Amino acid sequence: MNFRLNALTRSIYVFHLSSGSCNNCDIEIIDCLTPRYDIERFGIQLVGSIRHADVLLCTGSCNRQAIVRVQRLYEQAPKPVFVVAFGACGSSRGIFRDSYNTVEPLDKIIPVDAYIPGCPPKPEAIIDGIMKLIKKVRGTP
Amino acid sequence: MTIVHNLFFFLVFPGFLFAAAIGLFAGWIDRKVTARLQWRVGPPWHQNFMDVAKLFCKETLIPEGCSRGLFFSMPVVALATATLASTIVAMANLSRAHGFIGDFIVVLYLAMVPSIAVMLGGAASGNPLANLGVSREMKLVLSYELPFVLASAVPIIKSGYAIRLGEILDCQIRDGAFITSPSGIVAFLVSLLVLQAKLGFVPFDVAEAETEIAGGVYIEYSGKALGIWKLTRAVLMVGLPILVSTVLLGGAGLPQYFLILVLMIVIKNTNPRVRIDQALRFFWGPVAGLALLAVVLAMIGR
Repeated sequence: MNFRLNALTRSIYVFHLSSGSCNNCDIEIIDCLTPRYDIERFGIQLVGSIRHADVLLCTGSCNRQAIVRVQRLYEQAPKPVFVVAFGACGSSRGIFRDSYNTVEPLDKIIPVDAYIPGCPPKPEAIIDGIMKLIKKVRGTP
Repeated sequence: MTIVHNLFFFLVFPGFLFAAAIGLFAGWIDRKVTARLQWRVGPPWHQNFMDVAKLFCKETLIPEGCSRGLFFSMPVVALATATLASTIVAMANLSRAHGFIGDFIVVLYLAMVPSIAVMLGGAASGNPLANLGVSREMKLVLSYELPFVLASAVPIIKSGYAIRLGEILDCQIRDGAFITSPSGIVAFLVSLLVLQAKLGFVPFDVAEAETEIAGGVYIEYSGKALGIWKLTRAVLMVGLPILVSTVLLGGAGLPQYFLILVLMIVIKNTNPRVRIDQALRFFWGPVAGLALLAVVLAMIGR
């Protein structure tokens, strides 16, 4: 495994974007940083600016107003950046599938690298999703 | 030969490579102690090295409408001056005859340049949140420079108006460290609070304020430029504490550095962020008063 991928997967800065979520997923993300789960021990940090981010964590159903913002944030991120669809709404629009306001799911707007399903996902599921993303980036099974 | 020597001092030991490595490690100590205080496990020891390595592997974006030259030159200027300041202080500790007259004053000026570079770089990015951070940083610099200069006058007065770091050290080796006198204790207290603000640690991290203005002055920096800012912070995290321990604690050894680091981490973890007006009032009120008291005590020989 080369040095670049090693550094990239051992220091993940996460930018958290809510594209119209009900706030439940957002609370679960903060759960991962608490003493019980503490994902900072894997070098994962939440950052405030998309320019610092390695992972764009997208919660919510991507409603019509959010689509432009999601695209713009993806373009503003320094590459390589990985997109994680978070929660039932982020993965597949969830219960808003037939809503007039949610036109397409997140993975039709920007390329998505990992999905973390659940409504909301448990912290264990989030850590599992992170591990899957890291394995995918490293190219190991 | 002297040029090669000086380049070695500046770039390898005790300059850039050494200071950056120690600073990144100190940054890890900060994160680990913070984590333990919050009952967490905390990151592994190489975490800050990995962060910087990763940032150097990432794409560096040029924000739309930024002043490109200023935006990208400022991190380099900040890193160069921070390294120079910490090299001068460390060299004074390694060989006390090495310095030049007035190097203490020069170091005080050099230690201020990274703050100015942060302001210029943030303003050049053209981001409104960065500009908010710049205005806060500017007010913070104005507020802490007065007590810092007054506190720095204490070792100068106590060493018989010597402005060479080597002479101040000689004086302390002869008469005992200045921290043992009342004026030294007060000056050390003031310097500790100023260090907190100079390094952007929590009670005074208004200029970047991750949770409030999303990184403030650093908001538009990405990839290598952000990596250079992280290295600057690491070098300053060595340079400023060893400056204070050189002039007040009688030399910059590992115990003194560790003492200052631990005190800073404890202050950081037991205080919430203050507003900029509170910081200004704090530094110009009680802290400047304490610094003045230290100068008066030093003048009457205490």
